[in-house]
Amino acid sequence: MTKYAFHRSRAEMLPERAPPLTSTGVIGWVRTNLFSSWLSAVLTVASIAVLALVLPGLIEWAFIDATLTGELGKDCPSEGACWAWLDQRITQFFYGFYPVESYWRVNVCLALLVPALAYMLFDKLPYARYGRWYSLAYPVIAAILLVGGLGLEVIRTDQFGGFMLNLIAGLVGIVLSLPIGILLALGRRSRMPIVRWFSVSFIEFIRGVPLITLLFVAIILLPLFLPPQVTLDQLIRVMIIITLFASAYMAEVIRGGLQAIPNGQYEAGQAMGLGYWQSMRLIILPQALKISIPGIVNTFIGLFKDTTLVIIIGLFDILGQARLLQTNPDWLGKVDYETFLLAALFFFVICFSMSRYSLNLEKRLDTTRR
Amino acid sequence: MSFRKIAGAIAVAGALVAGGAMSGQAATLDDVKAAGTLKCGINTGLPGFAYTDDAGNWTGFDVAYCRAMAAAVLGDANAISFVNLTGKTRFPALASGEIDVLSRNTTWTFSRDVDLGFTFIGVSYYDGQGFIGRTALGIGSATELDGASVCIQTGTTTELNLADFFRVNGISYEPVPIETNAEARAAYEAERCDVYTTDASGLAATRTTFEDPSQHMVFPEIVSKEPLGPLVRQGDDQWADIARWTLNALITAEELGVTQANVAEMANGTDHPEINRMLGSEGSLGEMLGLDAQWAVRAIAAEGNYAEIFDRYIGKDSPLALGRGLNALYTDGGILYSPPFR
Repeated sequence: MTKYAFHRSRAEMLPERAPPLTSTGVIGWVRTNLFSSWLSAVLTVASIAVLALVLPGLIEWAFIDATLTGELGKDCPSEGACWAWLDQRITQFFYGFYPVESYWRVNVCLALLVPALAYMLFDKLPYARYGRWYSLAYPVIAAILLVGGLGLEVIRTDQFGGFMLNLIAGLVGIVLSLPIGILLALGRRSRMPIVRWFSVSFIEFIRGVPLITLLFVAIILLPLFLPPQVTLDQLIRVMIIITLFASAYMAEVIRGGLQAIPNGQYEAGQAMGLGYWQSMRLIILPQALKISIPGIVNTFIGLFKDTTLVIIIGLFDILGQARLLQTNPDWLGKVDYETFLLAALFFFVICFSMSRYSLNLEKRLDTTRR
Repeated sequence: MSFRKIAGAIAVAGALVAGGAMSGQAATLDDVKAAGTLKCGINTGLPGFAYTDDAGNWTGFDVAYCRAMAAAVLGDANAISFVNLTGKTRFPALASGEIDVLSRNTTWTFSRDVDLGFTFIGVSYYDGQGFIGRTALGIGSATELDGASVCIQTGTTTELNLADFFRVNGISYEPVPIETNAEARAAYEAERCDVYTTDASGLAATRTTFEDPSQHMVFPEIVSKEPLGPLVRQGDDQWADIARWTLNALITAEELGVTQANVAEMANGTDHPEINRMLGSEGSLGEMLGLDAQWAVRAIAAEGNYAEIFDRYIGKDSPLALGRGLNALYTDGGILYSPPFR
């Protein structure tokens, strides 16, 4: 009599089968991302409807009906975008009034900026040790290249302009406002009364006054009170004000991060015999800054957009150049939207990259084990 | 506190500081010569009056005056550092000495001349506030605008003039406040208002940008006087004289037929005594100003006489195509009139 097994069993595993069609591939992605619930289904349909309403017209205006070549505004018929100014004016939108024969200095500066930024933003790059030193030296190199000196012809800062000016003012502000903000945040939590008092009054004063008011004070009032011999470059004045303004906000962002660190961490630092600065550097700040990343990048992006305010000292950043072209009699009334679109595009690229980088940084520094 | 009062206070403070620092040596001319450039305050961009060309050079009606003055004083029409000023920063910049002369479509008013401590050196452009409306409205005069909605730029004298005009005529209106000129134009085109008001030069410029200009008309009423002209700090009469007579030289050049093309030739001497005095082949007017004999020759050679400058930037040779109107010479039915060179 054949002996049957009491239970049924398999000798080998079944081969893996593909997940159901509805949870993979395009269909799966659509299901999980666009139609995961009634609400998102409604929103998806509504968004598609809005896009269908807006996009064809926009594309038709911006590309299909657009005029790409021409010498003057009247070469542009009124329907469709007018891009004919681009080839003549794009350099001014980028370099402002910087002398044409010196454009290479800006270009070199930008090319050198790439590795300088890379060594600051990413680890695991080759020669990182030297790279970091290079990043530290970069501001000096850039300043000499842009302004002149050491045999290079001097270029006044009122010739700066276009998107290059936004980049310079924004980068200087970003690089300086973080350390100043950290110091202010620590100062505000300090037990030393003078330091604390100074930090609190500085932060509250700056946050209590609109940026444009501070700029007017720096630009209009300051020269009236300084003797005529003392001249501080207008652009430097503006960069100082923008930096201080961002620092005050930065300080509060970082203070939020500091407050999220449990007391045990401070005590752990003391227990290990670390001094104040050591425990800050090694234990507290790395954690606090990590928490504050979204807020910090928020402030950075805000600062970068505030650089458009240089128009009030008569410098023409990319937005200023856009307005300038709009007032040119040859282009009057033809390029209002196009020029602003171009400026918006430039800003979007930079601000969006900043926000993506901060997401990436958050993931990289994430030490929780989920 | 209105901006005007603040500006006044700042300008007075500036004048005091400047007066304290520069008492006894108010010679702007020497400073300009020492610096080698004329610091000229201009607009941050106004169609026809101050804008940039494709090479990024400043050009326009107001800019041309700067060039004429730089040529007269320094011998080089390009020896200028342009300082771009907004409506808010222009007066403090002049008061604090940041600029030597302001050529920025600035209306000559009593309080600016007297209270702010500036000297207006003349009128380079007679403007006035007007209205533009659709011909489809079927009215021919601004006095028939009862109940109309009016697009205006806020915070300007145009707003006050508008209120005055409607009050005087006993008619009502509905203001549609707008921030910038470009927005106002867009709002008017989108029919958010029946009429749009700003300076007549601006209206004419705006009209050229409409798809069909013939559907829009500028009403004949001009509701304010806006004499625009260059100005300098009060207290340096020699510098004010140079600025004033540079403008007068451009106007007189038109009157006497001196142009950019023929000025060099005429400078060698003509049979017209006033031309000879102005261009320095007779008399010593240049030395009286503290300049050399050829100052007016260079000023006219820079961008041409008044008519040439007008036509090139805002007049018949420009897209704006403004008519001369009040800005024609007194001999041609306008009110442009320069005192004699004698």
